[in-house]
This record gives sequence, C-alpha cells and structure tokens, in this order.
Amino acid sequence: MFTDHVNLQRTESLPRRVGAGLLFGAAALLILLAATAALRAQEKNPYAGDAKVAKLGEYQFRSNCAFCHGLGARGGGRGPDLTRANKRHGTSDAEIYHNIHDGIPGTAMPAATNGGIGVGMSDEEIWQVVTYIRSVEKKASAAEMGDAAHGKELFYGAAACGTCHMVNGKGGRLGPDLSSTGAARSVEYLTESLRSPSRRLALGLLEPLKDYSQEYETVTVVTSEGTKLQGVVLNEDSFTVQMLDTREQLHSFEKSKLRSYEKTRESLMPAYDVKTLPDKDLKDLIAFLLAASSQGGGK
Amino acid sequence: MRLLPLNRAIEERFLDYAGRPLAGARGKKNRRPAPLEMTVFGLAAREVAVGLAVVMRLAIAVGLVVAVSSFLAPRASAQVTSERLLNASKEPQNWLMYSGNYAGHRFSALDQINTSNAASLVPKWAYQTMVGGKFETTPLVVDGVLYGTGQEDRMFALDAKSGRPIWQYQRALPPDIKPCCGRVNRGFAILGDKVFAATLDAHVIALDSKTGNVVWDVESAEHGKGYSYTLAPLLIKNLVLVGVSGGEYGIRGFIDAYDAATGARKWRFYTIPGPGEPGHETWEGESWKIGGSPAWITGTYDPATNTTYWTTGNPSPSNRGEGRAGDNLYADSLVALDADTGKLKWHFQFTQHDEHDYDATQVPVMIDDGDRKLIAQANRNGFFYVLDRTNGKLISATSYAKVTWSTTKNAAGRPVPDKNAVPTPEGNRVCPGAAGSTNWMSPTYDPQTKLFYVTAREQCDIFATAPQPYEAGHAYYGSAYFPNDEAQPFWGALRALDPATGKVKWEWKHTSPTWAGVLSTAGGLVFTGDAEGNVIALDATTGKALWHFQCGSSVYASPMSFAVDGKQFVAVAAGSALFTFGLP
Repeated sequence: MFTDHVNLQRTESLPRRVGAGLLFGAAALLILLAATAALRAQEKNPYAGDAKVAKLGEYQFRSNCAFCHGLGARGGGRGPDLTRANKRHGTSDAEIYHNIHDGIPGTAMPAATNGGIGVGMSDEEIWQVVTYIRSVEKKASAAEMGDAAHGKELFYGAAACGTCHMVNGKGGRLGPDLSSTGAARSVEYLTESLRSPSRRLALGLLEPLKDYSQEYETVTVVTSEGTKLQGVVLNEDSFTVQMLDTREQLHSFEKSKLRSYEKTRESLMPAYDVKTLPDKDLKDLIAFLLAASSQGGGK
Repeated sequence: MRLLPLNRAIEERFLDYAGRPLAGARGKKNRRPAPLEMTVFGLAAREVAVGLAVVMRLAIAVGLVVAVSSFLAPRASAQVTSERLLNASKEPQNWLMYSGNYAGHRFSALDQINTSNAASLVPKWAYQTMVGGKFETTPLVVDGVLYGTGQEDRMFALDAKSGRPIWQYQRALPPDIKPCCGRVNRGFAILGDKVFAATLDAHVIALDSKTGNVVWDVESAEHGKGYSYTLAPLLIKNLVLVGVSGGEYGIRGFIDAYDAATGARKWRFYTIPGPGEPGHETWEGESWKIGGSPAWITGTYDPATNTTYWTTGNPSPSNRGEGRAGDNLYADSLVALDADTGKLKWHFQFTQHDEHDYDATQVPVMIDDGDRKLIAQANRNGFFYVLDRTNGKLISATSYAKVTWSTTKNAAGRPVPDKNAVPTPEGNRVCPGAAGSTNWMSPTYDPQTKLFYVTAREQCDIFATAPQPYEAGHAYYGSAYFPNDEAQPFWGALRALDPATGKVKWEWKHTSPTWAGVLSTAGGLVFTGDAEGNVIALDATTGKALWHFQCGSSVYASPMSFAVDGKQFVAVAAGSALFTFGLP
C-alpha cells in the first residue's frame, strides 16, 4: 500500500504526463489525476506522530542504520547525526524516504534493499524509520542561534582553525576538511571536538572492504638521517606510513627504516578551553560550521 | 577463440559482463543443444527480473537432464580418486581440498620457499574476476590446473603456471537470493572428473572439470526463505558434503551429503533436532522450526573412525534469546557424524543460548598428540577449545583474545555465558563483538612447530535489543550491534597458540582487524594477509615478518600452496584478484 520508487518517479514526471493525457481525452486525464493525487498523499508519512510506530522504527533503525548513524541517531563513525532538523540531503518525508530506499549517490549511504548494509527494509519499515527519526529530531538547538559571521572571523582569525582545517576550499589540510561537518555531526560532538579533541579522534580515509577508517593520529618519526618530523597519519599499514607533517609536507616511510616511530592518540589540535574560547565564541564557531555546510559555502 | 557456429544473438548471450565467452559456450560438441539453458546463462549476466526466475529454474531443470544423460560415459584421464583425497598430504604439489587435508591443517609439505629465501618472493601472476565484493576462495590445484570460485558464484579453471583461464562458469543467480553477509563462495571440492560447488541460491552443482559444463544441479532448500551456500564442499568417498547458510533468516540448518556421481541426496543431518529427538527440548515452543543453526564452513574427516566433524552457527534470531529459551542445540556446536549415514555420534556446544552471533563455524582441526586423538578449535567466542575427538570430552578451554561474555566455567571447564552480558534496550558493550575473536577465516596447524595459528580480532560491540517478528525470507536478528564508540581503535593479530597449554607463543600485530586466514608450510613459514592489503610471510617459530607484498585491497581469504613443474607457488585472493607468489 505504500509508495514505491517507481510510483514516485511517475509522480515526478507529472507535467509531461498531463500534457500527454490531454491527447487521450478527459476520462484518461481524470483517472491519471486521481491516481497522482493518491500517490502524492503517500509521499507524506502515513504514520506521522504515531509513537508506537516510532518505537518499531527505532528497532528497525537499530538493525539497519545504527551501525553508521549511532544509537539514538546521533551520528556515528560514518553516518551523520540525524537528530538535526535540517538534513543535508533533504528534510521532507519524501526525501528521507527516498534516501533510505534508494541510498545517496556519492556517499556511503546504501539503498535499504536486501544485500546492502543492514537487514533490508520494506516500504512500511522505511516509513517506520522516518517516523522514528522525526521523533528524535531537535528543532534548532541553542548553538544554531550563534553568530555565524563572527564564527567565520574566529575560524580564520583569532581561533586560527583555518590554519589546519579547510571549509569549502579555504584553509589548511593538516586536519579534517570541515565543509560538511556541520551537517554531519551533532552540536555535542562538535563541542567535544573543540573542548577535548583527543577524546575521540576524527576519522580519516576508509578503504573499500576495510572494516575501520584511519584516524587522525599524531605521529612522530626520526628518519635514518636523524631528522625529526611530527604530523598526522594519512594512512598506514604494518610496514609503511604515509604522513603529513605540520608544514603540510607529505612523507612516506618504511617503518623498519626509521630510527624511531611513535604514534599517540593525543591530537595535534589544541584543546580550546573556556578561557581560550568562551562559550559564546564556541557557539558562533559552530554556527559558522552549520551555516557553511547547509548553505554549501562559508560566505 | 570462438568455437561454435552460433548466430550473433545467441553468441552474445554467452558473453559475460567482461565480454568473454562463458563456460556454457564451450564443449558444446559433447552434449545435445540446450537452448533454454544457454538463455539462462545469458540472462544471468544481464537480467535480474523477478518474473524470469521461474523460467530460469525450469531451464536449469531441462539443462540438468540433458547434462546428466550426456556425461555418464566414462573418460580416460588421471583422476582424483577418494584414495588420493585420503592421502592428500602425500602429494603436496596439489591442493585437493579446502583445508589441504582431511585433518583441516592447512599445512603444505612444500619447502622450496622457506625461511632462508622468503624475503625474495615475487608475484608470479594474478587472475582478476572483475566482480566486486569479498573474494574468499581457497582454490584447488590438481596436476597443473587451478580451480577457483569467486564472488557472485563465478567459477573458473586456470592454467596454474600462467594464470590463464581454461574455462569460466557464471551461476545464473536468481534475484531473490538471501546471502546475509556477502555474495561469496569459498571454493570447490573435487572427485573424478568433476568439481563440486555449493551456490548462493542453495543448490549443489557438479561441473565437468575439463569444460566447466554443468553435470548435475540439485536444489537443497528454498533460497527465497533465506537458505544459501557459501562454503566449499567436503568430498568423502563418493559423497559431497555441504552445510547450509542462513542463520540470519530463521532457517532450520542442516548438513547434507549428495552422491558425487548423480547428485542424489544420501543423507541430511538437521542441526536442530525435531520432535522426539534428543536435544529438541532445548528449544522453546515452536522456535526450533526457525532456530537457524547453519553449518557454513567446511568440516573435517577422520578416516580411522569414519567420522566427519562439522561446526554450526548461531541460533535465530541471532541476537535475541527471548522466545527460544534453552541451550538451543546444536547451534554453535561441534557435531561428530558418521560419514556414511550422517548419524550423530556426539556433540559439544561452545556457546549455550547464544545472543551475540558467536557462530562456531571455524574449521575444527584434528591434532594427534601421541596416543591422544584431539580436535581443536579457536572459536569466534574468544576461547580456544581442545576436545577428545573420540568422545567429544572437553580437555581445555583457554581465551586467546579479549572476552567479556563469559567469566566463569562449569564443572567440566566449559565457559558459560554471563547473565549481564546479554543485549539490553540501552545497549550493552560485550567482547568480542559480533564479528568475533576470529571468524570463518581458516587457522592452520603446523605439525613441525606443533603450533596452532589463528587470526584474532580485538574488537567489542554494543548490543542493543531490536525485537522483530519472524517473517519468511526476511533477515531475523532481534537486536542490533555496532562498533563501540570508544577511544581506542580496534586491532588484530596473528597468534601462535600451543595446543598443549592454550598459551600464546607469539603474536604478529595487525594494524586493524583482518579477515585473512593462515597457511603454514614445511619451509618454516606461515602466510597470512591483512585488511590493509598486505600478504605476509612470517617465521613460524618466531613470528618475525620475512616478506610482504601490497595487493591493493583487503585480503578476505585463506592462503594455500602448490607446485607446478617443480616450482612452488603461494596463492591468496585479495580485492578482486587471485595472486600467486614464488621465487624469482
């Protein structure tokens, strides 16, 4: 009884269909319009606001989505925080339904069909998940009320974030690119990343078939010639390391040929405590990140 | 090499998605034309329409009759006899079964590549399947021909010296198959002039080892209900033994034996006892009917007692015990069966009433220690078990990786599950995680060092309940698990265990948890791989890495070794390619 992919596509091509329908006469047109109206209705969540269905959706979410989006939909290693009211790839019921049903091209988000990630979901179960997501969504949080323009000044100025981080093409590349981080991460996560960056290191490169991503670990090496270098690990395996030093120079080493190789989970990023970055400024910075990612630019 | 006077339209159907002719196009002169079957193969490469599935099955059935009638005639050739299989270790140039020998050792008696020259190993050839997903095969090699199975049930025979294909076969997979965890196939078994495979649509098939043509094809169970196969069959005498997959779909698991000549089923052992059978009482109500307990890794065999040892997977739903109160026999168990009849001799259950997906589907390895006849398994639940294989009595159980699901043992020394390790609504962190301390990747036993080598994974998961009703053909977990959100990254290791003590002699640390199995050789080496794409040779005594090669994608397979024209090769799949290595 629920809208499937094919039906939705049919709805989207309505204008052409209507134009053609005129040629078939009024009866055909009426039938078509009636059918379209019904389908449109189904683009709305049939269970909106139903707490029981939200609970079922929570179970579906755990089995299918939590692996990436985390318990409680608050974002995990790979998937963005879904409790944000504004979603990068669409906020309407139909858009969320589509993103689950068909996946999101160019991202790690798979289609909710059997054989993808998770256990596979029927149309009904997808609507249950949409209902659940709505039930845990927060309408704009206090942090989103910060001053994004001032946040941008801080980012490239006093707070010096831009020395290491890039937003929409501007900034350094020692740390993770933050262009889409505002949309992907919860405000709590962003706050934690600023206040205590070593608690959870940012994820880096994930290779196909590998279970876990590389992380932004700090590495210090002494080369065979005695040169000491510090930076972040871009990638590594048991035998080699590819690192970016603090001057953004790329190095590749065979570990066995280094005089010393030391890795720590103490982030190279300084911890911004309340003295360095008062709460108000922190809010502004986060507001900048949110604005940058939702508007597709930190203008 | 276009052999057949086919018109263009037909010929195109024989081309796979890489544009090469498929097996069905070859050797046609040996059989009557079977146009329906040809269509099947053509569709396999291009179509996945649900409506065609019925037609396909019909076509396969027609093809089957044709194939059987034309392949009964005997042929002259050096054949793999059941005697050769019994003595597989005595012809180390060949690799005649999944684990190398019936004992499950995955040990090669070849020593041309050894600790003194391993550092100079070089790649010899690679064969690309050009299919995505995990490539888990252990190829067989018989007298210079290599037989392998790939993702999506693509199968192939190669010239083992050059890596060049001799034939290829692509299974016509229906669109509604239900492999829980990857469209994989771990390998062939061989007997006479046939190779045998078990397919993702829950069929067992025999292919002509010279042409790749289908000789027989039998359906074991309904794939639409979640039954599938991923393992390499085990050949004993004239029987093809297979164990089914589907523990994530509420199946009722079984181990089957088929006549190698005809495909007729000779016996079935249900891994969940039916009404009136001992062990049935370990299932609540009707839960036995959908209790899972698959058997998706190849067993081993002791010819002295005609006993075949098989291991079983999780009960369904895999992560929720509610509704299936009891121990849930014979899930997560080792079963000792009479090889001729499939009759149960004894069983040993590793994990009672499992709620963490701790399938016991790891190769059970036979070890003879003086007069003691042992069977050892490094289990997914984190314990290394040693049993008396004559009676199933537990000798020792020692943890070889981080374990929190069990902190106590019963009087017999068997680890028992902790009540506070069950999945909870808020989520409960338990070690090992759902992928286990190890998984299906093979361990190896080296009779020279007398050590047992296993790939260990150090990772924990959060298990959170997510109750769901059973629905035929729908995944059936009952709870969810996901990586623990904690500060330390997960890692892995190759560990050398002493079966006498259960102690770790040495370990080689992997950067992250890996899915590569292990091979040991008479050259004093063990070979393995890692998630970062390296194939690695280590000194079997010290654990020192002597050589490595970067394959460019994770290793999801267990290595093997063979020789052609007196030259030793080591082969392992990584990414979409089968790689071989040898001395320069």
